[in-house]
Amino acid sequence: MKFDSKILEGPLAEKWTKHKFTQKLVNPANKRKYDIIVVGTGLAGASAAASLAELGYNVKAFTYHDSPRRAHSIAAQGGINAAKNYQNDGDSVYRLFYDTIKGGDYRAREGNVYRLAEVSVDIIDQCVAQGVPFAREYGGLLANRSFGGAQVSRTFYARGQTGQQLLLGAYSALSRQVANGKVKMYTRTEVMDIVMVDGKARGIVTRNLITGKVESHAGHAVLLCTGGYGNVFYLSTNALNCNASATWRAHKKGALFANPCFTQIHPTCIPVSGEYQSKLTLMSESLRNDGRVWVPKKAGDKRKPEDIPEAERDYFLERRYPSFGNLVPRDVASRNAKYVCDEGRGVGESGLAVYLDFADAIKRDGMNTISAKYGNLFDMYAMITGEDPYKTPMRIYPAVHYTMGGLWVDYNLMTTVPGLYAMGEANFSDHGANRLGASALMQGLADGYFVIPYTIGDYLATMPADKITVDRPEFKEAETGVVNLVKRLLSINGQKTPGQIHKELGKIMWDYCGMSRSAEGLKSAREKVRALKEEFWRNVKVVGTGDELNLSLEKASRVADFLELGELMIVDALNRNESCGGHFREEYQTEDGEALRDDANYAYVAAWEYKGPNQDAELHKEELIFENVKLTQRSYK
Amino acid sequence: MLNEKREFYLALSIQHLNFERRMNLKLRIWRQRDANSKGALVDYEVKVNPHMSFLEMLDELNETLQQKGQEPVAFDHDCREGICGSCNLFINGRPHGPMQTTTCQLHMRHFHEGETVVIEPWRAKAFPIVKDLIVDRSAFDRIVQAGGYISVNTGSARDANEIPIPKIIADEAFNSAACIACGACVAACKNASAMLFVGAQISKLALLPQGKAERKATGRENGGSDGCGGFWSLLQYRGLLG
Ligand SMILES: Cc1cc2nc3c(=O)[nH]c(=O)nc-3n(C[C@H](O)[C@H](O)[C@H](O)COP(=O)(O)OP(=O)(O)OC[C@H]3O[C@@H](n4cnc5c(N)ncnc54)[C@H](O)[C@@H]3O)c2cc1C
Ligand code: SF4
Ligand code: FES
Repeated sequence: MKFDSKILEGPLAEKWTKHKFTQKLVNPANKRKYDIIVVGTGLAGASAAASLAELGYNVKAFTYHDSPRRAHSIAAQGGINAAKNYQNDGDSVYRLFYDTIKGGDYRAREGNVYRLAEVSVDIIDQCVAQGVPFAREYGGLLANRSFGGAQVSRTFYARGQTGQQLLLGAYSALSRQVANGKVKMYTRTEVMDIVMVDGKARGIVTRNLITGKVESHAGHAVLLCTGGYGNVFYLSTNALNCNASATWRAHKKGALFANPCFTQIHPTCIPVSGEYQSKLTLMSESLRNDGRVWVPKKAGDKRKPEDIPEAERDYFLERRYPSFGNLVPRDVASRNAKYVCDEGRGVGESGLAVYLDFADAIKRDGMNTISAKYGNLFDMYAMITGEDPYKTPMRIYPAVHYTMGGLWVDYNLMTTVPGLYAMGEANFSDHGANRLGASALMQGLADGYFVIPYTIGDYLATMPADKITVDRPEFKEAETGVVNLVKRLLSINGQKTPGQIHKELGKIMWDYCGMSRSAEGLKSAREKVRALKEEFWRNVKVVGTGDELNLSLEKASRVADFLELGELMIVDALNRNESCGGHFREEYQTEDGEALRDDANYAYVAAWEYKGPNQDAELHKEELIFENVKLTQRSYK
Repeated sequence: MLNEKREFYLALSIQHLNFERRMNLKLRIWRQRDANSKGALVDYEVKVNPHMSFLEMLDELNETLQQKGQEPVAFDHDCREGICGSCNLFINGRPHGPMQTTTCQLHMRHFHEGETVVIEPWRAKAFPIVKDLIVDRSAFDRIVQAGGYISVNTGSARDANEIPIPKIIADEAFNSAACIACGACVAACKNASAMLFVGAQISKLALLPQGKAERKATGRENGGSDGCGGFWSLLQYRGLLG
């Protein structure tokens, strides 16, 4: 398969400008002849739908939520990066580019990342104009804070609800276009398949989640803005309905899936408290500034933390990383917590947690100082766990948080299927093997507001504006496929609910393809996932019927795709014989247990091609070329 | 203020910690096949772990129902962090239950052994029932479409720091903007009026200079009200999250 990133030669800083100039344009009068289908109305989708409608295109937008404002983007907390340099602290487009490339452990394209940094400044302007109430200084100017992986303050935020405020901005722009009649909004509508006509993406098949009605929509291009796939792991910080079905079904229609094994695990989440647990809640990383992470030295020590004397505690991050201590990066902190729990030294009822202790900080700075800094986090922790973190250490554990992998896209955000685009967390484009905090919101909005409006014209200009109807056989065939899928799921009538199978899958993925991976473990995990998939199609129990609101059916249809994607993640992790970013292979570490990259052999994007049911996916490599940054090994000792 | 709030939360949670691992509850849940069918309260008995969240308790019930071949109780939810506004249960006669938090943030330790818990959908004309506990809140979207935006096209914004906005105004605008569109205010109001929600939308736009040009046209002249600041305690709750 031939694929080309379409990034122009030439100096980094000129690539995007030049590229925009080489793009073909659709003249204003012709834009209204084109119909664009936008799937997903989170940050990426809402910003794209609104911007394209403003340009004059006809947009149909789809979400399974009851309103665009409920997309998972709403939950983002910390902030959004932009190279504004308002703080005069040495930030620049180049520095944001550099931090992002390095933070991604040198597994992203220079050209893409530079463009992201370049348009980041426009995003802030746009959002402020929409009325997004970013935090401000007393003088009325915008405030910033700093985030992991950066030495400058470039993160814009709206208290702990940045994602909410940005999404409401994009949602209001979208609502304006709905009112103008330029966007037709379909809520509680799940996209079940992509329809190809003459080798191009020309439409979708949807299922109305209230009535179960299956129908088709045709257009000239399809944009997938459907979010990440962290829920393959069952437990994650993602919203419960996040799923991978749209991207996975696109993959089956020919779109390559890139770097599926690159997942981010966040070290400070509230640990699992029991079998019934449905999701994991993120606690701010900032807690590690004052909290000390420890576990008992002895395995199986069940004493209360207060009763364990200082000499019998192991402050394992401080011990292993004397210079960074508790502030090592996300992946390092997560991995080490796992190691001590694997040794039987984990704490709490489940043994899957480590302490984050503020006793010393409270002794040093006083209760009031700590409460002023972290009071709200402490409250939240108390609310969820019923324990008082002022009196007893918090218990934390890592959790799946974000997926860097996704559909392969070129510089125009087009997948390997002509006319099919992927944006936001759904694509793989900008974060390499590890995403920096506050960069996902930036990327989603960059894609939607400032990239796709330029690049989609280049494709549309080459195709006739003639509309096709959904009476064509390609649409009928795809609809039949969906109807049959529903029928098949309902007819199995086995013993296990979709939720049970999802949970089992999550456990396999977490144990073998989570924070730490080995060839041996991955091989056995692959067998286990295959067996589970086989069991799913034989033994799943889906209640109710197809022509009503049916949560059991929705879940089953998503879990079926998680099972297949899970296997590909394992295959990808097995193929990548190196450790980089969020991908840690036990065989590839330095003498003192740190991640060991292999730039000579693995500085490439692994893009997988679907070859049919139960066939091995085929690997295609996009070599990564670094002309501007020098590849170095990270060290936090 | 900060400490008071802390005491409040801790008092509420800690005192229940000594519960047995499982407690017995009787649930009376509104079941309704679809918009056109008649609904009724149906009784269920559950044994719950007090550490569970309210929705996890329902998840467990739903797993049991499905294993028995029965349909799960349909309810809306997604983020389970108190921010998406999806969850919306009317619990023992109060929207979101007894704790002044969103339904998803409510934990079972706030109930006691043997208690009967009545779970109903939002009941308001504006929110027709879709199925069981799920209602149609698309009226909120229509309100925003009717003028809940500033008319600015992508690309035509000036530099973000060109219009300074005093911190106090920015903070106030934020408070209104924090509404999560859960609909509790409508469900709680005897007249099922959406005034809190609408107030929240209007006042954000009326406060900010960016909304100025359009004030007359969209009725934002009167300033609106603060809304509830995003389901009551939500703000305090997530305020400093990083
Ligand atoms: C707890 C948490 C905190 C975070 N905090 C930050 C932060 O501070 N800063 C930061 O930069 N990033 C943060 N992130 C990451 C960031 O929030 C996400 O990566 C980002 O919001 C994804 O946006 P999106 O538009 O790509 O997708 P989403 O917002 O996930 O939207 C997906 C959309 O697709 C729709 N959809 C999906 N599948 C279908 C289908 N088959 N049919 C119809 N519709 C479909 C959904 O309904 C939804 O509208 C955080 C993530 C989490 C989990
Ligand atoms: S004003 Fe408050 S109660 Fe009403 S919808 Fe908004 S958050 Fe919910
Ligand atoms: S599930 Fe999102 S607010 Fe409760």
